Amino acid sequence: MTPLAELVRRPIDPLALIQRVATPANGAVILFLGAVRQVNEGRAVTGIDYAAYEGMAASELESIVNDGVTRFGTSDIAVEHRLGELAVEDISVAIAVGHPHRDAAYALSRWVIEELKRRVPIWKREHYADGTREWVDPTGRSDAQAVT
Amino acid sequence: MYDAESSMTVTVLLFASYADALGTASLDVELPHRATVADIVAAVRARAGSARIPAVPLVAVNCQYAGGDRVVQEGDEIALIPPVAGG
Repeated sequence: MTPLAELVRRPIDPLALIQRVATPANGAVILFLGAVRQVNEGRAVTGIDYAAYEGMAASELESIVNDGVTRFGTSDIAVEHRLGELAVEDISVAIAVGHPHRDAAYALSRWVIEELKRRVPIWKREHYADGTREWVDPTGRSDAQAVT
Repeated sequence: MYDAESSMTVTVLLFASYADALGTASLDVELPHRATVADIVAAVRARAGSARIPAVPLVAVNCQYAGGDRVVQEGDEIALIPPVAGG
């Protein structure tokens, strides 16, 4: 099936993604789910807002999936990233891949999530149990240091 | 001020922490023709509230990442991209 790369504002349906990539040719199907966890860096998290530069995020996600097709030799890749307000345990991202062999399937799944985290312009603002909210900066610079 | 013949106005999109810091999701910046991405960043960093924007932030021109020496044209869509945190 043609690869899928989408930003969505509804709950992600992992089974629908698996069904897209499970074909008679694929001996391996891998599903990666990213979910909102209840603690980040020691702080109790109650939810996350996901925001994006939507036009660019959509094109970067599509570019990653198309690169994956070329690099790994399978078009059975389906990625959805959710935007909007999510609660703890909600699925934020799902990556389903199918490949004839498991080594390539694992490598492809890992490659897609790492590329997504490296280049897709999506941001998350965590909501903490104490009522505060902060944009997460994976480069390690906290708001407290950055705002002068 | 630049004269109209040699200057242009570009709109710079801001997101997430950068938008919060500057209190807006977009800024109009006036620059000379043939200005670069680095010139745009310098103009934005001259605004109040811009302390959290680094000297060399990620920048996109027309939805593609671009280096500081990229020349921009009137009508280009410029975006300053805070550290991305998808997943």
